[in-house]
Amino acid sequence: MVKVFIYPSNSLILSDLIDRFGHEPLAVMREVGKKIRTAGLDSPPINITPEDPKIGLKYAAVEVPSGVRGRMALLGPLLEEAEAAVIVMEPDIGFGCMGCARTNELVNFLVRTKDIPILELDYPRTEENAKAFVHMIHDFLDGLGKGDE
Amino acid sequence: MAKESLVKIAQLSCGSEYSGIQKEIDTAASIVDAEIFFPEISIEEVRNVEEDFGFKVASPDLKLMMARAKAIVEGKTMADAVLIASCFRCAEGALVRNEIRRYIYANSKIPVISYSFTERTTSATLLTRLEALTTTARRRSLLAREHQEGLTAGIDSGSTTTKAVIMKDDEIIGTGWVSTIKVVESANEALDKALVEAGITRDEIQAIGVTGYGRFLLSDEFNADLVQEEITVNSKGAVYLANSQLGPATVIDIGGMDNKAIAVQDGIPGMFTMGGICAGASGRFLEMTAKRLGVDITELGDLAVKGMQEKVEMNSYCIVFGIQSLVNSLAKGSAQEDVAAAACYSVVEQVFEQQLQEIDVKEPLIMVGGSSLIEGVPKAMEELLKIKVTVPPQSQYIGAVGAALLVSGFIDK
Repeated sequence: MVKVFIYPSNSLILSDLIDRFGHEPLAVMREVGKKIRTAGLDSPPINITPEDPKIGLKYAAVEVPSGVRGRMALLGPLLEEAEAAVIVMEPDIGFGCMGCARTNELVNFLVRTKDIPILELDYPRTEENAKAFVHMIHDFLDGLGKGDE
Repeated sequence: MAKESLVKIAQLSCGSEYSGIQKEIDTAASIVDAEIFFPEISIEEVRNVEEDFGFKVASPDLKLMMARAKAIVEGKTMADAVLIASCFRCAEGALVRNEIRRYIYANSKIPVISYSFTERTTSATLLTRLEALTTTARRRSLLAREHQEGLTAGIDSGSTTTKAVIMKDDEIIGTGWVSTIKVVESANEALDKALVEAGITRDEIQAIGVTGYGRFLLSDEFNADLVQEEITVNSKGAVYLANSQLGPATVIDIGGMDNKAIAVQDGIPGMFTMGGICAGASGRFLEMTAKRLGVDITELGDLAVKGMQEKVEMNSYCIVFGIQSLVNSLAKGSAQEDVAAAACYSVVEQVFEQQLQEIDVKEPLIMVGGSSLIEGVPKAMEELLKIKVTVPPQSQYIGAVGAALLVSGFIDK
């Protein structure tokens, strides 16, 4: 099983595909889930605290907007873990999005700086393209083997 | 604070949840008996909004903001007030924030405030702004009051000075002005001075309104009938004293600790900003300059109008480095007048660059507060904006006058 970073990082469809094809999706839902499930004093649990943009300083400097750094606090650890990545270019907003174009640019750059297999795909706009899209993801994931296990 | 009717504030924002400050926004709202909500819209509306709104942006959350703004203006979502917020230092966010604010202001009567936040934004920072926003939404009829009736007092507990006025049937009959040392004691002293000048006793006052930083403390001390933040009170006092109650106006108050820039329509604030991060943009900088020049703060304005700010090199807006620049200029032989003019220009330039971009400046432009009496300040503003600046009579008492005027609406109660 290979840890596969996905972009858009909150895409349920991508996450599900990676999972179905036998690998571990690195999706932002997992990071948010950790925050919600970790016992704390706040009820309801707070997803993001003012501490997160400070953690994000590891990936973006202080002059970068706090929203970018807060997002990077979630995405950065996923990027570090990534052994492969599937990136969907210019997806529809309903497919998944992190809301912020600057974060998207930074994440896409950082993932490309890693020496890992990357599959880049255009977002499919027709049924035919969508089928080909799933096939390409399947073939890419199949080629990853079983990772270090 | 007494429980008031719930004000529903629509939040149009990008990045607030990822900056970890959503709880701060919610807390500030609950303190002023308001509720934050996010307008519901369809994904189709988000997809189409760039075409409909005419602004193409890269960030999906900004598209969401535009779609939500459109839903509010078109009446698909009912909101009493709107808070527009985006990350500090995000250029795209700032552009969208400004255009949405203008769009809502131009196409609805819903009060709107915009704010750029960092992860350090706290509920305390937001409180006065949300208090003003909810007041404008909740008390439109009170804010529409054009005349003062009966015998009322207003106290403005500012960060540097405390002001009090006594008003009777639309006239100021007593004033008091003291430095703020202890909030309650200073307020008592200012009020006593005003009472002596008016020739009346406290028992005769029919209603008291309090405003300014110390308003909550004063509320208990004086059993105040109106406890109100400075934005609504000052804008009301400004248009009242400048005789500009109907139509548009812009009010600028450079205070001891923060500055307010307010776009007013028919005496009611529509858009406003409050700055207060840097002391170099406040009255405090002018006080320090006066001290360094060895003149009283009341003499700084006279000096400044005789000087030319261009002759002095100011390398920084920071209060520390700004004063250093002035000291260096004096050491090089600059005239006191030029240094005074440069100080006034520096403060006004910052207000111009950092705050006036956030509101639509419309004439008359009314400058109020103690700093408006430093003649170099309105002069510098006229130079920068190329429009005439009005400084109404008694402009230093603007908050107290606004409070005395508004509280007269409570006399029958």
